[in-house]
Amino acid sequence: MNKIKQNNFKIVAITGAEASAQAMRQINPEVIAAYPITPQTPIIMKYAQFVADGVVDTELVPVESEHSAQSVVVGASAAGVRAMTATSSAGLALMGEILGVASGLRLPIVMNVVNRAISAPINIHCDHSDSMGTRDHGWIQIYCESAQEAYEYTLIAVRLAESKGVSLPVMIMQDGFITSHGVENVKLYSDSIVKKFLGKYHPKHSLLDTEHPVTVGPLVLPDYLFEIKRQQQEAIAIAKKNFLLIGKEFSKISGQVYNYFEKYRMNDAQAVIVTMSSTVGTVKQTVDNLRKQGKKVGLLKIKMFRPFPYMEVARVLKNIKIIGVLDRSFSFGAYPPLVSEIRNALFNLPNKQPIVQSYVFGIGGRDIKIEQISKVFQDLLAKKYNQKIKYIGLRN
Amino acid sequence: MDNLKRILNQPSKLSPGHRSCRGCAAPLIARHILREINQPVVVASATGCLEVTTSLYPQTAWRIPWIHSAFENAAATISGVESAYRALKKKGKIKKEIKFVVFGGDGGTTDIGLQSLSGALERRHNFLYICYDNGAYMNTGIQRSSATPFGAATTTTPVGKVKQGKELLRKDLTKIIVAHQINYVAQASIGYWQDLSNKVKKALAVKGPSFINVLSPCPLGWKFSGDLTIKIADLAVDTCFWPLYEVKSGVYKITHQPLKKIPITEFLKPQGRFRHLFKPRNKKLLQRIQKEIDRRWSELLALAKK
Repeated sequence: MNKIKQNNFKIVAITGAEASAQAMRQINPEVIAAYPITPQTPIIMKYAQFVADGVVDTELVPVESEHSAQSVVVGASAAGVRAMTATSSAGLALMGEILGVASGLRLPIVMNVVNRAISAPINIHCDHSDSMGTRDHGWIQIYCESAQEAYEYTLIAVRLAESKGVSLPVMIMQDGFITSHGVENVKLYSDSIVKKFLGKYHPKHSLLDTEHPVTVGPLVLPDYLFEIKRQQQEAIAIAKKNFLLIGKEFSKISGQVYNYFEKYRMNDAQAVIVTMSSTVGTVKQTVDNLRKQGKKVGLLKIKMFRPFPYMEVARVLKNIKIIGVLDRSFSFGAYPPLVSEIRNALFNLPNKQPIVQSYVFGIGGRDIKIEQISKVFQDLLAKKYNQKIKYIGLRN
Repeated sequence: MDNLKRILNQPSKLSPGHRSCRGCAAPLIARHILREINQPVVVASATGCLEVTTSLYPQTAWRIPWIHSAFENAAATISGVESAYRALKKKGKIKKEIKFVVFGGDGGTTDIGLQSLSGALERRHNFLYICYDNGAYMNTGIQRSSATPFGAATTTTPVGKVKQGKELLRKDLTKIIVAHQINYVAQASIGYWQDLSNKVKKALAVKGPSFINVLSPCPLGWKFSGDLTIKIADLAVDTCFWPLYEVKSGVYKITHQPLKKIPITEFLKPQGRFRHLFKPRNKKLLQRIQKEIDRRWSELLALAKK
């Protein structure tokens, strides 16, 4: 490990998985429960080493399934402590039922998801079919481009989950293998600064407060469920506001800007690609290449997918002539998830709407290359579009 | 010598006014067991009769901290609560001794929740798991479970022209739990309250997890009048359908030997779910049930002799 000591941080060459584990080490939650699944495993393996070395004092619960992993953190969070887990693909799917319990009980759990394709056929590589399949389970979802983001957003997620009016679980996504196993330079902020930022968790209720007993998870019939779910919708809307406030606080540490999305060379762009996660890096390189040739192209990287920032996205995209949205998952029988949200955001614009072309790429870890992204930009600039989904890198 | 008056004078942690059926054994079991716990206690329930009848929002019958998460994960949920407790205890942020108890029905324990229970037992969390076994999915409308006895009519093993109720034997959950080699496993009946009290005390005194399987007669599903609950719970013991025993650190002990082992028909007869078995053509089925009861009882006697 190369360490370049500076004032408040050190730069280390680590994988995305280790970046998440380092964030978890600094959070040092009371309880972590997890079950092995590729490509999540290096996160918990690293964390188990922290436990074995006495670097953290977390109760690490090595459960017998992801269903139990999520159930354990639900129990721990209801007992008023910080609780975390991590998973991928089938593991996330197995947690499915309890994801709704975690958000419905308003428990501020933080989970790292290392994106991997959903079976069948079985595949261990990256696409977003796992986390996209859980987009309506009431969790806040943030997609990370790099190991650095996986580190920082895991820290921010703790504050966001616990923030006033929110009290909801957060998923932090990174791309399987590409980010989780790829080594990058990551700036780790000093433990004392991060601990100060995280503060202490003060739960409103705890099962362990036996003098003030609470009933958690009651039976609720038609007379109350609607109101409770409406409150949940309000809570996730508040998360949008709090995300910016907490991001501002974190930018004092990092000097970076934390927004729902990142605009890249979009100012005078005629054609823009909208996408998420590690592919953003390849698109940025492509934009730079094409800009050198005088092509007016840009990129919008979406970070926050739930709650989706409709108004803000509409504001930055409204004057773009043509947009290509690159989804890394299917929504079988429908347009893919990201393009659906982008069209939703643009639909009520008072004037002429931008043209939106849907693309699907990278399924099951299929590589996407600069030449392929260049071709997308060229097609967009040439107004080659239709209502169909176009597939990048698909053999005939 | 224990006395029922002393127990009943303990404040009840489960309040009256819950919505369970007349004669339901589940709240009797929960109330009795919780009265034996003098320390602060946190309860988790699996989805099921006890859960839905005690927690109808915006009211609650629970006077102690209580959590319900889902059907199959009560043991995992309490693992999380107990792990949080241990984490805080380690840091000195919590001083008091807290006990952790789970209530799950037979569906939530022998079927859908078996995996999470097995995992929690293997991990040696400190909790007491109570299975209240009413022998079917009563909450969803009397569907068969792996704990439903042979020959019982349920809504998914109905009696018809060619079928005479459940054709498979009951899973022996208590033995499955014993195989986890935890320090205390027992089988109890609400009919023998003193035996149940003793077992709760022993279960809470051991290190790590403990387990008690309690027979929970169900007037609705077993089809008997609600005033017969305790009588039927007694008959289950006296016929050796439900022997009272414990396994402490691997040592079997029968905690109540019936003075006279009475025929299984005495337990079956008052229950509508077994009515069809008393038709002359089903005589062989009754014989088969008695044979299986005898086999399991002598097996248990042999284990207790060792």
